[in-house]
Amino acid sequence: AALNGGLRSQVSAALKEGRVAPTELCQRCLALIKSTKFLNAYITIAEETALKQAEESEERYKRGSQPLGILDGIPIAVKDNFNTAGIETTCASNMLKGYISPYNATVVQKLLDQGAVLLGKTNLDEFAMGSGSTDGVFGPVRNPWSYSKQYKEKSVPKPHPEDEESSWVITGGSSGGSAAAVASFTCFAALGSDTGGSTRNPAAHCGVVGLKPTYGLISRHGLIPLVNSMDVPGILTRCVDDAAVLLGSLAGHDPKDSTTIQDDFKPFELPNLADVSKLSIGIPKEYHAPGLSSEILALWSKAADLFKNAGAKVVEVSLPHTPYSIVCYHVLCTAEVASNMARFDGLEYGHRSDMKDSTESLYAATRREGFNDVVRGRILSGNYFLLKQNYEKYFVKAQKVRRLIANDFVKVFRSGVDILLTPTTLRDAAPYTEFIQEDNRTRSAQDDILTQAANMAGLPAISVPTALSERGLPIGLQFIGRSFQEKQLLTVAKWFEKQVQFPLIQLEEVKRHDSDVFQHQKSASFS
Amino acid sequence: LAPWVPVVGLEIHAQISSNSKLFSGSQVQFAAPPNSLVSFFDASLPGTLPVLNRRCVEAAVMTGLALNCSINKKSLFDRKHYFYADLPAGYQITQQRVPIAVNGSLSYSLCIDNKMSQMVTKTVRIKQIQLEQDSGKSLHDDTRSQTLVDLNRAGVGLMEVVMEPDMCCGEEAAAAVRELQLILQTLGSSQAVMAEGQLRVDANVSVHHPGEPYGVRTEVKNINSIRFLAKAIDYEIQRQIEELENGGTILNETRAFDSKLGCTVPMRDKEGKQDYRFMPEPNLPPLILYDAKSLPANMNHQQVINIDWIHERLPDLPSVKRKKLVEQYGILPEHSFTLLNEEGLAEFFESVVKQTQMKPKKVIGWILKDLLSYLKQHSLTVKESPVSSFVLADLLNLLEKKEISSTAAKQVLAELWKGEGKTPLEIVKEQKLELLQDQKELEQICQAVIDGHKNEVIMMVLG
Repeated sequence: AALNGGLRSQVSAALKEGRVAPTELCQRCLALIKSTKFLNAYITIAEETALKQAEESEERYKRGSQPLGILDGIPIAVKDNFNTAGIETTCASNMLKGYISPYNATVVQKLLDQGAVLLGKTNLDEFAMGSGSTDGVFGPVRNPWSYSKQYKEKSVPKPHPEDEESSWVITGGSSGGSAAAVASFTCFAALGSDTGGSTRNPAAHCGVVGLKPTYGLISRHGLIPLVNSMDVPGILTRCVDDAAVLLGSLAGHDPKDSTTIQDDFKPFELPNLADVSKLSIGIPKEYHAPGLSSEILALWSKAADLFKNAGAKVVEVSLPHTPYSIVCYHVLCTAEVASNMARFDGLEYGHRSDMKDSTESLYAATRREGFNDVVRGRILSGNYFLLKQNYEKYFVKAQKVRRLIANDFVKVFRSGVDILLTPTTLRDAAPYTEFIQEDNRTRSAQDDILTQAANMAGLPAISVPTALSERGLPIGLQFIGRSFQEKQLLTVAKWFEKQVQFPLIQLEEVKRHDSDVFQHQKSASFS
Repeated sequence: LAPWVPVVGLEIHAQISSNSKLFSGSQVQFAAPPNSLVSFFDASLPGTLPVLNRRCVEAAVMTGLALNCSINKKSLFDRKHYFYADLPAGYQITQQRVPIAVNGSLSYSLCIDNKMSQMVTKTVRIKQIQLEQDSGKSLHDDTRSQTLVDLNRAGVGLMEVVMEPDMCCGEEAAAAVRELQLILQTLGSSQAVMAEGQLRVDANVSVHHPGEPYGVRTEVKNINSIRFLAKAIDYEIQRQIEELENGGTILNETRAFDSKLGCTVPMRDKEGKQDYRFMPEPNLPPLILYDAKSLPANMNHQQVINIDWIHERLPDLPSVKRKKLVEQYGILPEHSFTLLNEEGLAEFFESVVKQTQMKPKKVIGWILKDLLSYLKQHSLTVKESPVSSFVLADLLNLLEKKEISSTAAKQVLAELWKGEGKTPLEIVKEQKLELLQDQKELEQICQAVIDGHKNEVIMMVLG
C-alpha cells in the first residue's frame, strides 16, 4: 500500500480493510522519528501514550465497530505551543521547560476524540517568534530536504565531511518541526500555528501543504498565543485533500474561544475541478517584493500562465498597502506579545528563579532567565508602543493601517477576483550558516512580507509545493481566498497541485526503513 | 480667612453576586479554602481564554438602569497592565475605553443638624459603571519573608461605579454609599457587604477656595466601613486645609486610612504614576446589547441581552419603596428612611401591621423606638430578634383593646426580650398587669388603699 498517499483515499482505506494496523503505523513512525533524530523536528516523543492510542484504535477496527472517523489510528504531530494534557508543552522556551499542562487544546482534543494517534510535540522558534525554527532552546530544526537526493545532487561536493554536515538548510518557521515531521514521513499530518506566515513559510521550504484557515474558523483555546488577533492553528499535510480532512475535523465554533464564529461548519470533500474557466485569479503586483528571487518570480509567472491556458481569467491587481504590513505587524505583534508574556512571572507555573530578594527581583530574574533575546526584545518594543504617550502614535495608527490592508483585499475580491496567487517565500531555503548571519528581527521582517498581510486581514491562505529550485529545494506558491471560503480555496489549490506534480522527496532514511511500506512514486498526486 | 470648599468623589467597587466568575466558570464564594476556586483561566495558564458571564452583564445593566444611566449598546473590554503577585496574568481585564453604562445619577437623603425630622435630598452624578475582574489576595508574611497568594477572588466580577466629585463631606459620601448599597441589595446585583469585601470604596478628596480652580486631590483607600468612610474623608479634608493654611502643598498621592489612629497616611507607591499600557482585549469581541427596537427578529433571545426586558423586571428601588410606605401607612418620610435602613425592618413593620388592629402610625413608634433600640443595644439584626412580628402584634393588640396600659405593655416587652417563649398574655397574667375594667373592683381597691394609709390621708386632707 502506498501509505504516503492521501489519508481519505489511501491510508484510512488501508486501515479499514485491515491491510495495515494502527499499531504498525504508529511503530513505523516512531522508528522513523528515531532514525531521523538529526532533523531535531521533535521536542517530545509521546511513545507510550501514542502506542496506547494506536492499540485502542486497533481494537475499534478489529471489532468492526465504526472507526471514529478518517483520522482514527492516524499518527499526527503537534507543534509544541499547543497544550497537551500530561505531555510536556515547552514552546521551545526555558520558561516552560518541564511544564505539563492539565488540559488539551481544543484542536488537540478534537483530534484525540477522532482517534488520531498523537506521536509527539514538534520543535519551533521560541514562543513561535521567528521565521527559521532556529531560535528555540532545543536547537534548530533541519530541513529534511537537506538530506534528499535532489538537494545533494545539486550541491557542490564538499572537500570535508564537516562542511557536508554544516550545509544543511533551514525549514523556515516558526512551525519548522511540524513541517519537517510531515515532509520526512514521520507523521501523516501536523498542527502548526500561523501568525505572520509560520505555517505557510516552512510548508513552502519543506515541500508540504501549509494551510492557514480564516481567523475565527478554528478554535485557539489551548494555543499559547503570540498575537491573539492574528493567530490561527495551521494545518500541514502532504496533499491538499488531507488538509481538507484535517480542516473538517477541526473547524467549528468553540464556546471556550469567544473569537470563533457561531455559524455551523460543514466538513467537505474536495471536488476534482476540471474546468477553471469560471475562475478569476488575481496577481497582486506588490507581491513582486524586493528580494524576490528571479527563480520564484519565473515560477509564479509560469503558474499564472497555467491558469490562463486552462481558460481562467488571470488579472493583475493591486493591494497598495502591502508594503506597510511589516511595520504595522511589528507594532501590533510586539504590543500583544508584551501583554501575553506578562503572565510569565514564575509564580503559578513554569520556570521560577532562585532570586528571593523581592517580588520584583524574582519577576525580573525569572523573565530574564526564562526568555531568549528575541522574546525579550519584542516585549520591550511592545511595552514602548503601549506607553500612554505612544499609544495613539503607534498602536492606534497601526490598527488603522491594518484596516487599510484588510480593505485592499475586500476591494479586490469585490471586483470579481476569486483567488489571489502569490509566492510564499522570497527564495528557497537558506543554509543555516547563512541564515543566522542576520538576527531574528531582520529575518522575520524579510521573510514575512508575502505571508503577513493574510494574517492582518484574517483571510485563509494555503501554500502548495510547486517545483524544485535550481538547488534542488522546494518552492511553494500561495493562494489567498475570501473569508470562510476554504472550500473554494482548497478546490483551486487541489487543481493546481494536480497540474504541477511536485516530486516526492527521496530520503535515504525513509528508503532504508520502509521500503516495503513507503513506496516511491513519481508524483504525490493521486486520483 | 477665606472659606474652603471641600470636593469629594468616590470610586466604588461592588462585587457582582453571581455563581461563577466574570470570565471563567469557577465558583464565587466567600471564605473558601485558599486556592480552591481557581480555574485554569484564573491561574492564567497559557492558552486559556476569557468567556463572558451573562449574569454579570445583566447585573451591570440592572445597576446602570437603577442609577439612571445610559446603557451603552456597544461596550469594549481592555487590558490594564501591572505586575503584582495577586494578578496572575499581569493584566486586569476592564472597560477603559467604552464602559457598559454612563451618565447616571443617585439621589440620597441626609438629616440636617442630626435631626431626623429634617431630611434633605441630594444628588450625585454617576460618571460610569464598568465591568472588570477582581484580583486575588496576597498576604505578606514578613517574619518568613514570603508572600502568600490566594487566587480564589481572582477573576470575580466587579462593577466599578464612579461618582463625580459632587459631594462635600464625609456625611454626604456615607449617605450616598449607603443608598447605593441598598440599591444593589434590592437589585440583587451585589450583596454589597463591606465587611466581606463585596463593597470597597476609595475617596478622592480636594479643597479649594470658592471661585478658584479645584485643588490637587488625594486618593484615600483602605476604608472598611461606611462609618470609617465619613471619618476618613473628614480627616483628609481637615488635613488638607491645615496643610494649605500653613503654606504647604498637597501631593497628588494615594493615602491609606488608619482606622486605629483615625487618620490618613501616605501609602507605599503602589499604583502612583504607573503607566498601565492599556490595550484592547483581543479575545473578547465588543459587547453588544439590544433593546426592543434593535433586537433582530430571528435572534435567539437566550443568546442576547435585552435592556428593555431587564428594565421591565426591575424591582422597586428603595426610594420608591419609601414613598409607598409613606403613602400606604401614613408614616413620616424619616420613618420610612429608617425602616429601609435596617435590613428586614420594613418587612417586620408590615408584618406587624397586618396582624394588628393598631394603626400603622402608632405601630411605627413601637418598631422604631422600642424594637430597634433594643436590637441596637444588643447588636442584633432584625432576623435575630427574639421577639417575632407575630408576638409583637399580639402585644399591640392587647394594648389596642385596652386590656393593658401603655406602661404595662413596655413591661411585657421587656419580659419578652428574654425570649423564654411566653406569650404576651401569659406574661400579663403572671405579672397581674391587666387593666381593671370593673368600676366596683376599682372602688374596692381604692378604698383598700385609703384604709391602709389612714395617716397619709389625714395629712393630705389637712393640706
